[in-house]
Amino acid sequence: MIGDKITAAAFGIKPEKEKRLMLGNEAVAFGAWEAGVKVVASYPGTPSTEITEVISKLPDVNVQWAPNEKVATEVAFGAAMAGARSLTCMKHVGVNVAADPIFTAAYTGVSGGMVIAVADDPAMHSSQNEQDSRYYARAAHIPMLEPADSQECADFVKLAYGLSEQLDTPVFLRLTTRIAHARSQVEMNERADVPVKPYQKDVMKNVMMPGMARKRHLHVEKREKFLEEAANMMPINRVEIRDAKVGIVTSGACYQYVREALPEASTLKLGMVYPLPMTLIRDFASKVEKLIVIEELEGLIEKDIAAAGIAVEGKSLTGIQGELSVEKLRSIFKGEPAPQVEGVEDLPARPPVLCPGCPHRGVFFVLNRLGLRVMGDIGCYTLAALPPLNAIDACLCMGASIGMASGAERAHGKEFSKKTVAVLGDSTFIHSGITGLVDAVYNQESITVLILDNRITGMTGHQQNPATGLDIHGQPAPQLNLEKMVEACGVKDIQVVDPFDLAAMHQAVSGAVSRDEVSVIIARRPCALLSKQPIFALHIDGCKNCGACMKLSCPAIERGANGVSINPALCVGCGMCVQVCPFKAIKSGEEA
Amino acid sequence: MNTKFDLVIVGVGGQGTLLASKILGRLALNAGLGVKVSEVHGMSQRGGSVITHVRVGQEVFAPMVPLGQADYLLSFELLEAARAAAYLKQDGVAIVNTQRISPMPVVTGAMAYPETPEALLDGHRFEATDALRMAIQAGNQKALNLVLLGMLARHLDFSNEAWYEAIGACVPRKTLDVNIKAFDMGRMVVDQ
Repeated sequence: MIGDKITAAAFGIKPEKEKRLMLGNEAVAFGAWEAGVKVVASYPGTPSTEITEVISKLPDVNVQWAPNEKVATEVAFGAAMAGARSLTCMKHVGVNVAADPIFTAAYTGVSGGMVIAVADDPAMHSSQNEQDSRYYARAAHIPMLEPADSQECADFVKLAYGLSEQLDTPVFLRLTTRIAHARSQVEMNERADVPVKPYQKDVMKNVMMPGMARKRHLHVEKREKFLEEAANMMPINRVEIRDAKVGIVTSGACYQYVREALPEASTLKLGMVYPLPMTLIRDFASKVEKLIVIEELEGLIEKDIAAAGIAVEGKSLTGIQGELSVEKLRSIFKGEPAPQVEGVEDLPARPPVLCPGCPHRGVFFVLNRLGLRVMGDIGCYTLAALPPLNAIDACLCMGASIGMASGAERAHGKEFSKKTVAVLGDSTFIHSGITGLVDAVYNQESITVLILDNRITGMTGHQQNPATGLDIHGQPAPQLNLEKMVEACGVKDIQVVDPFDLAAMHQAVSGAVSRDEVSVIIARRPCALLSKQPIFALHIDGCKNCGACMKLSCPAIERGANGVSINPALCVGCGMCVQVCPFKAIKSGEEA
Repeated sequence: MNTKFDLVIVGVGGQGTLLASKILGRLALNAGLGVKVSEVHGMSQRGGSVITHVRVGQEVFAPMVPLGQADYLLSFELLEAARAAAYLKQDGVAIVNTQRISPMPVVTGAMAYPETPEALLDGHRFEATDALRMAIQAGNQKALNLVLLGMLARHLDFSNEAWYEAIGACVPRKTLDVNIKAFDMGRMVVDQ
């Protein structure tokens, strides 16, 4: 059956000797490349970003950053429909953006194989929620594989291409942070020669009007029934019988935690988490006294097993919050709580902060001074919500700041917008802020929008975007002109300001909020980690310890009993503190 | 030969902790050992606490070291060493750079930097040195990684050649001499 046939060897891939230590994300990239992927389109999002970055450095593959996950998925779908193996990668919340094409691509199916790699982030190391992307697999009726280490990342992505082409469907590859960002050994192989299939017009398959879609929906159901049966025989769904007292159904990182914390337990390791191999599970359950599902986030597998009438436990023991770990499982199942050290909780926390010389600092310092309500967005600048800047009121999802500001105005009237702004980055504006701005102009709001244009996608580690003028390889690309884009949306009041110039920023914002029309301020200066700005030696003379400069929240300025000092190792000489000091005690010296 | 050990590396985003784990991973791989390394991405350039787990052994399951199970704690900063104290097992060794980097609550004056954060590591073997100063002596403050790895090397059974090979495979060629020098200096550190 399917599972027996589809192995890496079936692709004619012969192993080489070299083994490398790779992130799960790198292994997905190499696995896809070895499987002959031709087109990759993604939008960056932690913890998925490195897949696309790594594959962009490999030969014979078209790789691009797209403006958002929806476009990325459509590009990957177009390539697959046209006959090439394609890949799109995103974080869990990216699937929300891409869901529209994904759900219907499940109906049309593919021609070349299409893999959608999605990285969930249990415990929210770098995310705004803990949504479980396995629900998308179920809702869209798309198969989902879940690897448990880097070697499986490489192997499963190859398997996914085979499944995709054989079953005529996109296939999800689900990672979590601890798989995506953990290194383990991977065997390197040669790239398979998978030619692009000729393009074929097929209206019944690819034009999803109701008449055609009804027929394709039947195909989706038939395919899924077939796969539910085949799943029972797939080698990646693996029973390991040890002690018969407890049998554990698990997958991904949780499998590793189970093997370490409960080495005696029998396991059913699921390589495919949707659809489930229910016959195999029933058989496994009959061989053990007690069946337990250990899964992070939602109790999805547990509920399906329970619905099939099999006695099972899971979430009542492990909960749905955060990540699981070896020590959590030891604590839950063996009553061995993790050791704690008294006093650690009282240590000063070290949250991430805006870097010294970050251009966002100037913007939020001014917004704080003006006492404005700030509808925030997703990016490094969300850190401005923390003290002492305290300059973000709300942060929901990519691009939401503009819509939130419009909605708040609708709720309270135009006066409300005289004390409110929306703030979002250049990449976030392009991702999904543009439509919000079109809406605000069309519906005649009076909101003020600040686009923080730092010439890069920052928080995810410096990816190019349409406004930077460079493509994913760092090669020149047509540059989106933000001023013209904003103007084309119908905005008349547009200002471009240097965020290092606090007085100019203050004036621009106070003017914009007072006007009864949509205003846009583009705060333009490159990310501090990119810019080669001149380093000025700052020195202090006559500090009164008033604390005014501390409101900048700059890591390079430190306060002591006798006044502030500037850490020369951190200071980049942006000069904002020079502008803020009421006693002119911070002086800018000669260029170093 | 220590064919099985768990190690936790902590520091402040931007200190370059990832290079140390890369070298250790390479070292284990070259020796034919199983290895898993769990990293923190995304926030690492933003000055927050960062932690990397390195696990070496014949068969490694979880990519993170369970609390109370680390054989070694490699800390790039004093306060971060204290914060990670619970990872060390009873006879585990803390190898610590004595540099103090103030976190935001200290910078703003809301909290004080603890006078002796290392007190939280009481009961563990503790090796502290001003590794930053030694790295600068070796020729580059970024070689701080290698000073700490040199100190760690005294506890592990890998040969000098194995270390040099792993270092050579992970650092840029033009910085190799400085890095080897820093590593050798770390190996010579006398317990304080």
